[in-house]
Amino acid sequence: MSRKSYRQAINEALRQEMRRDPTVVVIGEDVAGGAGAPGEEDAWGGVLGVTKGLVGEFGRERVLDTPLSESAYIGAAAGAAATGLRPVAELMFVDFLGVCFDQIFNQAAKFRYMFGGGARTPLVIRAMYGAGFRAASQHSQCLYPIFTHIPGLKVVLPSSAYEAKGLLIQAIRDDDPVIFLENKVQYDEEEEVPDETYTIPFGEANLTREGRDLTIVAFGRMVGIANAAADRLLRQGISCTVLDPRTTSPLDVATILECVEETGRLVIVDEASPRCNMATDVSALVAQEAFGALKAPIRMVCPPHVPVPFAPNLEDLYVPNADRIEAAVRAVMGYKRAGSKVGERA
Amino acid sequence: MAAIIPITMPKFGLAMTEGKVASWARPEGAAIDVGDEIADIETTKITNAYESPVKGLLRRHVAAEQEDLPVGALIAVVADAEVPDGEIDAFVARFQSEFSATHDTEAAEAPPEPAMIEAGGRRLRYLETGAAQDGRPIVLVHGFGGDLNNWMFNQPALAERHRVVALDLPGHGGSLKEVGSGDIASLSGALLDFLDAMHIPRAHLVGHSLGAAVALRTALDKPTHVASLTLIAPAGLGEEIDTGFTTDFIAASRRRQFQPVLEKLFADRSLVSRDMAEDLLRTRRLDGAQAALAAVGEANFGGGRQRLVLRERLDELQGIPMQVIWGAGDAIIPASQAEGLPDFVRVSVLAGAGHMPQMEKAAEVNRLILELAQG
Repeated sequence: MSRKSYRQAINEALRQEMRRDPTVVVIGEDVAGGAGAPGEEDAWGGVLGVTKGLVGEFGRERVLDTPLSESAYIGAAAGAAATGLRPVAELMFVDFLGVCFDQIFNQAAKFRYMFGGGARTPLVIRAMYGAGFRAASQHSQCLYPIFTHIPGLKVVLPSSAYEAKGLLIQAIRDDDPVIFLENKVQYDEEEEVPDETYTIPFGEANLTREGRDLTIVAFGRMVGIANAAADRLLRQGISCTVLDPRTTSPLDVATILECVEETGRLVIVDEASPRCNMATDVSALVAQEAFGALKAPIRMVCPPHVPVPFAPNLEDLYVPNADRIEAAVRAVMGYKRAGSKVGERA
Repeated sequence: MAAIIPITMPKFGLAMTEGKVASWARPEGAAIDVGDEIADIETTKITNAYESPVKGLLRRHVAAEQEDLPVGALIAVVADAEVPDGEIDAFVARFQSEFSATHDTEAAEAPPEPAMIEAGGRRLRYLETGAAQDGRPIVLVHGFGGDLNNWMFNQPALAERHRVVALDLPGHGGSLKEVGSGDIASLSGALLDFLDAMHIPRAHLVGHSLGAAVALRTALDKPTHVASLTLIAPAGLGEEIDTGFTTDFIAASRRRQFQPVLEKLFADRSLVSRDMAEDLLRTRRLDGAQAALAAVGEANFGGGRQRLVLRERLDELQGIPMQVIWGAGDAIIPASQAEGLPDFVRVSVLAGAGHMPQMEKAAEVNRLILELAQG
C-alpha cells in the first residue's frame, strides 16, 4: 500500500494486467510516442504521461502507436477484441469519439448480440474527459451520457486513484466493451492505493459518506467536490449522503433508490452538458420509482448548455463547484409545498 | 506532597498520529480508578474507550470534545483535591508549551512498516516492533478474517517491554497466497515455519479466536517452542461457534452488509466505524482474498461447527504457563467454554467485552499478557 496518483494508479493497473495476461495490449496515439524518430523510445507515454514506461517493459508488439485515425485504430481494436486479444485502446480525448463512433456503437457494442453470443468483445476504450484544464470546447467535454445511452457498452467513471486502479483492472478482465473515462484534471490527485491487484465490481455504487437529510449523487470528479460541499454543510447541521455510482452503465439504481427512501431529498451533480445527461436520467428513474419518498423536488447541478469556454474566468463559471452544490442543497432543504418559489436555477 | 498527573492523548495502533475526545465519560471532579473509562477517543480508524491509567480525582478536562489533538497532547489532569486551581492552570500551561516545543522537533517518527518474509515456501507479511528489547519475543496470531492490525491496541504497549511480532496467517492480510488446506494443522505449520524463518526458537504465543487454536495446536506439536500461551476468545475448546457469523462475514461484499456483521464482534457496537468496514472491504477486493477466506472458513467451520476440538489435550500442556481470556459478552464463541478447564490454566472472563477483548479491554489484556510473560 502506498500513496499513488490517479495517473500512477492507472499506469499500474495496465502494467500489472499486461504482466498477468499476454493478450492485453495497449493501442493509441502516442501511447508510447517517438516511433520512427531518433531519441527516447518512450517519448510521450501518452499525452499526459499515463502510459509511460509500458513500451519499455512490453515492447512495441504490445504497446502500439497508431496513425492519426481514430476510426482506423478503434475499429482495429474492436476487431482484435473479437478475435482473441484484450486491447486497451486509448481515445486521447473523449471529444474525438465522433470520428470513430460507428466502430464503437454499431460494431463493438453489438457484436455479441448480433452474432448470437458467438463473439465476445473484451475491449477497453480509455479516454480523457472533463473541463477545467483550459483546453477549450473540443478538448473538455464529458460525453459519457452518449455512451451510457448505447446498450452493449459498459461505462466507468472512476472518482479517485483507488477507484481507478480497481475499476480499470475490472474493465480489462470484463469480456464486454468498456468505456473507461479519466478526468484529466484529477491525474495528480493522490491517495493510498494497494500495490497488489484488486477489482471493484461494476454496478455497485459507493457511499463516500452517509447522512440523514439529503442524498447527493455525483459523477467522476464531482464526487470529491460533493464531499467538500458536504463537509461544509455538516458544519451547518445538514448531513448528506454522497453516492458515487462508479459506473453509469450498469447503474446501481437499487442503492440510489435506497438512499432516496432514507433521506427523501436528492441533488445530482453532473459535469456533463445538461440536456439528456446522467442527472436527467437519474432524476427520471427516481421520480418514477420513488416518488412517494420525495419530500422536495429533485435538483440538478449541471453546467449551462454552452460549449466549454476557453476564457479561464468563463470556464470557472462553467464547471459545477462546491458553492453551487451547497446552494442547491439549501434550496432543497428549504423547499415548502404550495405557494413557495423554488428559487434560482442551479 | 500533592502530585499533578497529566493524562495525554493515547496512541491506538502504530500509525495513529492524532485523535479527538469524542466525549468525556466522567465529569470534572469525578473520582476515578485505574481502568475506569474516562473518555471515548475517536480516530479515523476506530473509536475506543480510554481507560484511566491512574487513580485519583479528575480535576480538569483540558481537551474539548471533538478537538483534534496530536498523540501525546494533554487531554486531562488528575490531582488531589488540595491542589489549587491556579497550580493546575500553571501545570497545563507549562506542559503545553513544552509539548509543542518537543512535538515539532521530534516530528512524526515514521511508524514501523510491515515486511514480507519467505517461510516454508510461502510469503508472509508481519510487523515487528520493540526489536531492541531483551527477553523472549511475544508472537501475536490473529483470528479468522483478521490480520496483524487486529493487535493495534496491544502491539505498541507490549513492545515497551518485549520484542513483539505479529504475522498475517496464510490467506489473510498481506499473506494471501498459498493458503494450502487452510485448516488449523496447516496454519500451525505455517506459524512454525514463520518462527523458524524469524529465528525465534521460543516465544510467548498469543492467539485470538482461530489464531488461538493455531497457537494451541503449535504448543501441542512443539511444546519446546512455547514459553507461554495466551488464548483470547479461542477456537478449539468446543464445537460451538456462530457459523452464521462466519458465513455472513465471508458473504459480505458491500459496506452496508459488513457493518451489522462486524457489530456482532463487539459488546459496544459503536466501536464499528465506517472506516473499519471500508478497510475490510478493500482487503477483501484484493485478488485471491475472497477465495482464501472461503477456503479457511470451510476448512475450519464447515458444517456449522468447529471441526477441530483440542480441549481434551490441554493436560499435555501442564508445564507451560497458560491463560485463557474471554469476553463475557462473546456472541461468536460462548464464554461458557472457559468453564471446566484444567486448574493450571488461568482464566479471565472480562465483563463488557465481546469477541475482541484485545480491542475492547486492551489495557487489561495487555496487563494479563505481560504478567504471564513475566511470571
